[in-house]
Amino acid sequence: MTSIEAQVLQPYKYGFVTDIESETVPPGLNEDVIRLISSKKGEPEWMLEWRLKAYRHWTQMTEPTWANVKYGPIDYQAISYYAAPKQRPKVESLDQVDPKLLETFEKLGIPIAEQKRLAGVAVDAVFDSVSVATTFRAELAKHGVIFCPISEAIREHPDLVREYLGTVVPTNDNFFAALNSAVFTDGSFAYIPKGVRCPLELSTYFRINASSTGQFERTLIIAEEGSYVSYLEGCSAPTRDENQLHAAVVELVALDHAQIKYSTIQNWYPGDEEGKGGIFNFVTKRGACRGKNSKISWTQVETGSAITWKYPGCILQGDGSIGEFYSVAVTNHRQQADTGTKMIHIGKNTKSTIVSKGISAGHGQNTYRGLVKIMKGATGARNYSQCDSMLIGDQCGAHTFPYIDVRNSTAIMEHEASTSKIGEDQIFYCKQRGLSAEDAVSMIVNGFCKEVFKELPMEFAVEAQNLLGISLEGSVG
Amino acid sequence: MTMLEIQDLHASVEGNEILRGVSLSVRAGEVHAIMGPNGSGKSTLAQVLAGHPAYQVTKGTVRYEGKDLLDMDPEERAREGLFLAFQYPVAIRGITNSYFLRSAVNAIRKHQGLPELDPLDFLQVLEDKLKAIGWDDSLMNRAVNEGFSGGEKKRNEILQLAVLEPRLAVLDETDSGLDIDALKTVAEAVNKLRSPERSFVVVTHYQRLLNYIVPDRVHVLTQGRIVKSGGKELALELEARGYDWVKPEAAVA
Repeated sequence: MTSIEAQVLQPYKYGFVTDIESETVPPGLNEDVIRLISSKKGEPEWMLEWRLKAYRHWTQMTEPTWANVKYGPIDYQAISYYAAPKQRPKVESLDQVDPKLLETFEKLGIPIAEQKRLAGVAVDAVFDSVSVATTFRAELAKHGVIFCPISEAIREHPDLVREYLGTVVPTNDNFFAALNSAVFTDGSFAYIPKGVRCPLELSTYFRINASSTGQFERTLIIAEEGSYVSYLEGCSAPTRDENQLHAAVVELVALDHAQIKYSTIQNWYPGDEEGKGGIFNFVTKRGACRGKNSKISWTQVETGSAITWKYPGCILQGDGSIGEFYSVAVTNHRQQADTGTKMIHIGKNTKSTIVSKGISAGHGQNTYRGLVKIMKGATGARNYSQCDSMLIGDQCGAHTFPYIDVRNSTAIMEHEASTSKIGEDQIFYCKQRGLSAEDAVSMIVNGFCKEVFKELPMEFAVEAQNLLGISLEGSVG
Repeated sequence: MTMLEIQDLHASVEGNEILRGVSLSVRAGEVHAIMGPNGSGKSTLAQVLAGHPAYQVTKGTVRYEGKDLLDMDPEERAREGLFLAFQYPVAIRGITNSYFLRSAVNAIRKHQGLPELDPLDFLQVLEDKLKAIGWDDSLMNRAVNEGFSGGEKKRNEILQLAVLEPRLAVLDETDSGLDIDALKTVAEAVNKLRSPERSFVVVTHYQRLLNYIVPDRVHVLTQGRIVKSGGKELALELEARGYDWVKPEAAVA
């Protein structure tokens, strides 16, 4: 292994296990399990029906095989679909949350205890199948912002949930989305009322802890007319020899002139050097720009997971709406990623921007897959796509599959792509100026990712820096 | 004081011996020109001094300020004041020249036990250095060598030299690809950087550069050996007569 590779292939730092008693449903999936999950969550009848309908769809569907990734068969009956730490049935304040849970999140750099909270960020902390704490709720409520676990939103704000849930990602959208719809356990719900600029960054941190379980979270964010919200999402999991399934669904809805900025730092356990263990990250994320001049931006830094299958997209329905996708995907060791975006232009004068940076090291395989579709009525639509790949070492791979479907002749499309290799000559040049190999790699990778990192909120820019082991100085601000 | 002492240096790349016994002594404040035909080993000598990993030193010693240079990592050599102006400087996308240079300055300062410079302090230092060589800061906010013309790349190397203040600067074909105006600009800057504490090893194929950077000594490198040394007149003689008349002994025999 070259010195360059050694720099990038750092061991996973979040692989610890929290020793906590948890309540786990035995492995297996059938309608009774779904009824059990629904009753544990205290859901209304309509929600159970919704889940069962999704489940029945799912049983008719087959797992997709078109992605450029390889893995053995998943036994869906060997997975436990619900795991929750045992604690008091209803926690009134953070003081009553199990200290072990608080400690876990603190160790992950997400302090949720009252006195240690991150300033300016409201956090919903999800541990296995349940949300254990949500900070700054009262503060947000003053502005009419609802930020709570989705299980609670289903009980407390059923009308809002019913109006929007499944309208962006239908229950039968794809195999994993259908599975999620049937068994999702928790996730975050955010509602920003008309004309409100959300005063805090909203953030959810997902932690898988229990073994032999899957995590199926569901997030729904609704931005009413003229509102703005920035939402951050982070995640990690213990080091285990088994593969664990994570199949999430995220739905965003932006009404007239509303803006949603959605950022992800994905750091699920990636498996070991030989490719043993790691999370299967099969995720469906989609935003609907329903209103005119609305805007949805996805920014993702994907460093974890054994396999990533993820295409955060935008449906640009409202005239003049804007969709953006900024992505850094890193594959080390035996990691595989097939990720990209879908931009569907429906409204007039809609615009989309795609900037994708793939970094492959070790035996990693990195695929960009993107679709830009300009519908017949989307007069004056524009798209700009840029896909760059960087190779570190000579055992890894980078692949690009851009799909373009244009049905309106006024559309303007631009596409740029590049592949580069960190070479010993680049490293030597930096060393000759006095920099260490470590700083040289940081600098080169940092420079490569700059266009994406500058889209991250400050709080996450630091997290991204820690994850990639790289210095962000000079690329932020 | 002797800055650089090379004795019987042999070096290979991929098993091919390129340097076959180079000996050279450079005193503090001197400018030595290394001339020679293509493929004679000039650039190899420059790369070996800087510690490029592709070259293996198979025999000989190099002492820099009395220390064993070959025992030092490339970054350590740089921090100890050895600078190589590259013939083909590489680009680093997304990183500004200014950020790159500040990182380099701070790596060297850290090595010297000095506090690191913050961006504002560095701007001041930079301004002073640019003023000293009479250049503007037009290259500073562009990404390192990204989209630079050949002339800009060479100018950028000399700019880095000015800011990093090495005690031994090796210029590898800094004149190649420069038109006469650019050559003058670069040479004038180098002349301003000459000092009794700083030595230069100037590797060049053409005598042209030496009209502007006047060397104390000129050495002719052919087939991996220095076959002739002299004063600055030697460069003019080479210009007039070519390299054929200075043959290595082995080739003559």
